This record gives sequence, C-alpha cells and structure tokens, in this order.
Amino acid sequence: MSEAYSRKLGDDLLRPLLETSWRFYLIVAVLGSIVLMGLGTWMYQMYMGFGMTGINNPIFWAFYITNFVFWIGISHAGTLISAILRLVNAGWRRPVTRCAEVITAFALMIGAMFPIIHLGRPWLFFWLVPYPSSRQIWPNFRSPLVWDFFAITTYLTGSVLFLVLPMIPDFALVRDRTTGLRRKIYGALALGWQGTPKQWHRLESAMSIMAIAIIPVAVSVHTIVSFDFSMAPVPMWHSTMFGPYFVAGAIFSGIAGLIIAMAALRKFLHLEEYLHPVHFQNLGKLLLMMSLLWGYFVFAERLTVWYGNESAEIAVLRVTQKGSFAPLYWTMVVVNFVIPVSILSIKRLRTIAGCVVASFGVLVGMWLERFLIVVPSLGHKYLPYSWGTYRPRPVELLITTSTFAAMCLLYTLFAKFVPIISIWELKVGEQEPHETAQERSARVLGEARP
Amino acid sequence: MHKWGMAVDLDKCTGCGACVTACHAENNIPTVGPEQAARGRAMHWLRVERYWEGDFPDVRLKFRPVMCQQCDAAPCEPVCPTYASHHTAEGLNAQIYNRCIGTRYCANACPYNVRFFDFFNPQWPKPLHLQLNPDVSVREVGVMEKCTFCVQRINAASIGAKGDKRELKDGEIQPACVQSCSARAMVFGDLNDPESEVSRLSRSPRGGKLLDDLGTLPKVTYLERQTQV
Repeated sequence: MSEAYSRKLGDDLLRPLLETSWRFYLIVAVLGSIVLMGLGTWMYQMYMGFGMTGINNPIFWAFYITNFVFWIGISHAGTLISAILRLVNAGWRRPVTRCAEVITAFALMIGAMFPIIHLGRPWLFFWLVPYPSSRQIWPNFRSPLVWDFFAITTYLTGSVLFLVLPMIPDFALVRDRTTGLRRKIYGALALGWQGTPKQWHRLESAMSIMAIAIIPVAVSVHTIVSFDFSMAPVPMWHSTMFGPYFVAGAIFSGIAGLIIAMAALRKFLHLEEYLHPVHFQNLGKLLLMMSLLWGYFVFAERLTVWYGNESAEIAVLRVTQKGSFAPLYWTMVVVNFVIPVSILSIKRLRTIAGCVVASFGVLVGMWLERFLIVVPSLGHKYLPYSWGTYRPRPVELLITTSTFAAMCLLYTLFAKFVPIISIWELKVGEQEPHETAQERSARVLGEARP
Repeated sequence: MHKWGMAVDLDKCTGCGACVTACHAENNIPTVGPEQAARGRAMHWLRVERYWEGDFPDVRLKFRPVMCQQCDAAPCEPVCPTYASHHTAEGLNAQIYNRCIGTRYCANACPYNVRFFDFFNPQWPKPLHLQLNPDVSVREVGVMEKCTFCVQRINAASIGAKGDKRELKDGEIQPACVQSCSARAMVFGDLNDPESEVSRLSRSPRGGKLLDDLGTLPKVTYLERQTQV
C-alpha cells in the first residue's frame, strides 16, 4: 500500500470531520426543529390525554406500533448484513459496513421509543423492566412485551458494541491527526489504541465473535417482535409463519434503508471514489432476492388463509384484498414487489438511481405492510358487532414524521463526528486487493489443513 | 372456594338496556359524549348487541348482552406485561388500575372486545357527577377498565356473611345488571355449587358459550332456543 494512497484516504474520509460548511448547520437546524416539534407533540399528547390520537375501540394499536415494527425492521439493515458480509469476507463490504451498522443503532433507539410513546401512562414505562421494586412486583414474563424489552436491549447492546469495536483504530487515526480538544476527545474514544500486533489480534477476535453472535440475536429480535402479534388470538395475527415472515420483511426494508443512506452519503460527502456503482449493484441484487422472498411469504400467508376459509380470518382477508384497505394493500404489492422486481432484475436499470427508486418504494411498502398487519385484523375480530376502522390524527402524523427527521439528524451528526467509512479496513483491503477464490480458499483452508 | 359465573337467557332478554344503564351507574363508567362516541370511544362494560336473522319480511331480531366473559383461559391475562390483568382465586379476570400502564395489549387479545381504555380523564355531565358510587374507584386517563362482575358487591356480601359466621346464600349477590333486569334474563351465582341456579342453568341443553371454539373457557353461559339450520 502506497503512502500516498493512505494519506489520500485519510484526507478524503476525515474531511467531513475537520471542515464544517454552512449546509451542515442548516440541515441540523431544520432536522432538529422537526425533532423538537415531534417531542412537543408527544408532550401535548401526554398532557391532553391519549385520546388525541386516532386510536379507538377496537383499534387499540395503530400508527405507533406500525412505526415500532418498521424501525426495528430498518435496524436489520446494518448489523445483520454487515455481520454476514464480514463472515463470508466479501471484499466489497469494506466501505459499506459502518454506514450500515450505524443505521441499526439509531433505528433501534427510535424504534424502542414507540412502545413508550404508545403507552397510556408512558411515565410508568419502567414497570416493564425487572428492577428490585420495594413492592416486590416483577413484570409478567409470560408477556411478549417483556420479551420485547429483553430482545431489544440485547440487540441494541450487541449492535452498539459491533459498531464501536471497528471504530477504535479510526478514532486513533483522528486523534493522531488533530490537536486540542478534538485530540483529547478522540483520544479518550480510541481507548489507548496504539496499533500493536496484540491489539490488532484482540480487535479481530472480538469482531469475529460479535459477527457470529449478532446474527442469531438479530433473527430472534424480529421473531419476538412478530410474537407480539402471533401470540394473541386475533384473526390473521395468530400465525406460525409470522417469525420468519417478519425477519424477511425486516431484512428487506433494512437493505432498502441502507441503499438510500449510502446514496445520500455518496452525494453529500462526495464519496464517489469509495461507494462505487458495484456496491449498489450488489445490494440491489440482495434487495431483489428479498423482494422475491417477501412476495413468496405474502402469497403463502394469503393463500393458506383463503383455503382455510375460517370466517373471522376471511373477513380480514376480504377487507384488505377488496374492502376499505384494498388501495393500501395493492399499493404495497406494487411498491414492494412489482416495481423492485422489474427495476432490479434488469441489469441496465440496476443503477444507483434505479436502486434508490426501488428502495424508496420498499420503505413505503414495508411501512404499509406493518400497518396492514396491525389495523385490519384489530378492526375485524370475531364479533361483527364491534368491528371498527381507523384514521390517523395529527399527533400521530407529526410524531411519525419527526422520527424520520430524527433518523436523518442522528445520521448527519454521526457522519460529522465519526469517519463514516472505515478507514483502516479500506487500507487492509488495499493490501489484499485482488484475492481470487482459489487464493482465498487456499489461505483459509490452508490454515486448517497442515 | 367460589367460582362466580353468570347465565343469560337470550329468549327472555327484551333488549331494554336497563342493564347497561345500571352498569354505568354502579361502576362509575364515564359517559364520553357524542363526539367521542362517534370516534369509537364509547365505554360500555356491558353492551346489548343486536342481530337480525333471516330476510325481510321473515326477520327475527335478537339481543345479546355481552360483558366480560370472565374466561378461565383468558387471552387478556398472559399478554399483560405488568400483571395488571390477572386471575383472582375466585376465577375473576381482575384489572388492577393502579398497575396498568396502558399497553392495551389485553384489549387486542380479548376476542369479545369487552375491555375499554380511558382516552381522557373521566367526566360526567351534570348532575350525574353527584351520583358516583363510593365503593368503586374512578379510573384515570391511560388505563384499561372492564366488567368486574361487580366485585365490590361480591366482596361486601362475602365480608358480611363472614361477619355473621354463615355461608353465602345462592342469589344473595346480584351484580347491577342482574339486579336491574326486568325480564330476569340474567342469573349470577357460584358455579362450584352444583345446586345453585346459575349452575343448573349452565347445564341446560339450551346453553352455550360465546365463541366457544376459541377455547377461552368463559364463565358466562347464554341460553337460547336451539334451532336446526
């Protein structure tokens, strides 16, 4: 690796940290005020009463739970994809992993807010936590909501570790290139990194352990989120396929989120040299595969319900396929399946722009998917006398909007203070640039076989 | 140990709605007003469902008072993360208002839709605010509430009987709906006493449970004319 390349990498990728343009302040101001508006709206909702939402009897869960499942789904972009790419040692992963992993951390934080926002008495949310209470009351471990608490905290802890570990050498790099207060802060974050062989060895082992450990955690998290629905005897919720269905949908929306984030970074931080069309090509293929898998799951779910012909389930099926939810349902089918499959299966269209268009469609479609799981079922339970429907009210729309702003804000701030592309991993990648499959298998298996 | 249950004779029910009114008065259930009711926030721990059978002009109107079925295998109980919804020793599905944080999961899990959420702090139009029942707590915004089989009356009668050192008599306890039913369509009592009227009615060949096939084991039995379809 040439010294010049190494210096250029540092210059390019540290530039956002060291130089601040007025655009950054503008973006932060706009996004920040939207987030503050969302917080204000939540305070207003708490002060006025939960009735400010569109929730009613029998639709007791709606926008907030949809957002919860949606954001937890987005969180599957990062850690899971990056862990898999690390494990198979895909060389093209190097510029992608960090911007993917950070999506996980922020999407989880945002997603985890929603079960609290949606509580009737959110100030008592800590009753979900098993803490030594003076009244000696524990949470009910039979409740899927308590499982959620454990699943999400485990996943958040794991994915933050997985994100922060490979950041340590880069913090050290920033420390060595800066002076004054910056040097102190990044020095503290670098945790005394000197780049000794022993430290490198420890970092590599810790990262491989985390990469393997985080995959089952990621799968379990969205399975448990799906259990919130499938454990309740509600028509079309009470399904054995919800676990894998939700995991597939989560990865699907996660990849879409990642593609959009990468395209934005490429444009705003001028990372054209690092995020190549091939990255979008590869992620586009992954998105295509997940789109087909998602289509299969929806088909399998709907067909079995239709053949089963159980009256309560058929009522839900009818209202989504043909009734008042049909416009949303068919929009979902088009933007989640028809458009992505047609764009991404044609090589000429699988460009950066094509992938971004497909990804926006998938985000809309996956949000609608969760909405269509939550609301029509609750509105059409067993006794037709208490059927109902739902319309969101302003507080729900404002809070939902503000979480998208919160994601953009957190991402902007992160890209400002941390090298969004792992510099040391690119340097390592440069050292072994063109390893063929044979060379790799010889290297990996050669170690195992004497 | 008692096991409280109810039998409702649908062939006697006239759909007059006296039970609904009595329930509101007894249990301090807020009246939400027309605007909130139109939004689907009406609270009736007990409601009278109307169903029409047959095609015009050969139509038959049926009423079914639906309250909490006090299931023995209640779907609302395991899903509550804080044990606010729990099973008492006497088989009631109790709701602990102080412990409820308002996840509303119980209401989703309930197949009968008999759980209600306080969307706002309760209000009563004057002069109804002067008739609140001192034996029943008023629920604040953000908690779930539901039919209790008038547990305040059950407890008062049980304590009274214990003070007199005697057993409770069948029919001594009457929830507000049972007491107010002019057609005597509703009967309340102890299902563990095979001689009680409610036990006898529950064994009737006319009897059936609501949504029996869901396996929730309700303690409310509906009696109606069995017709061959």
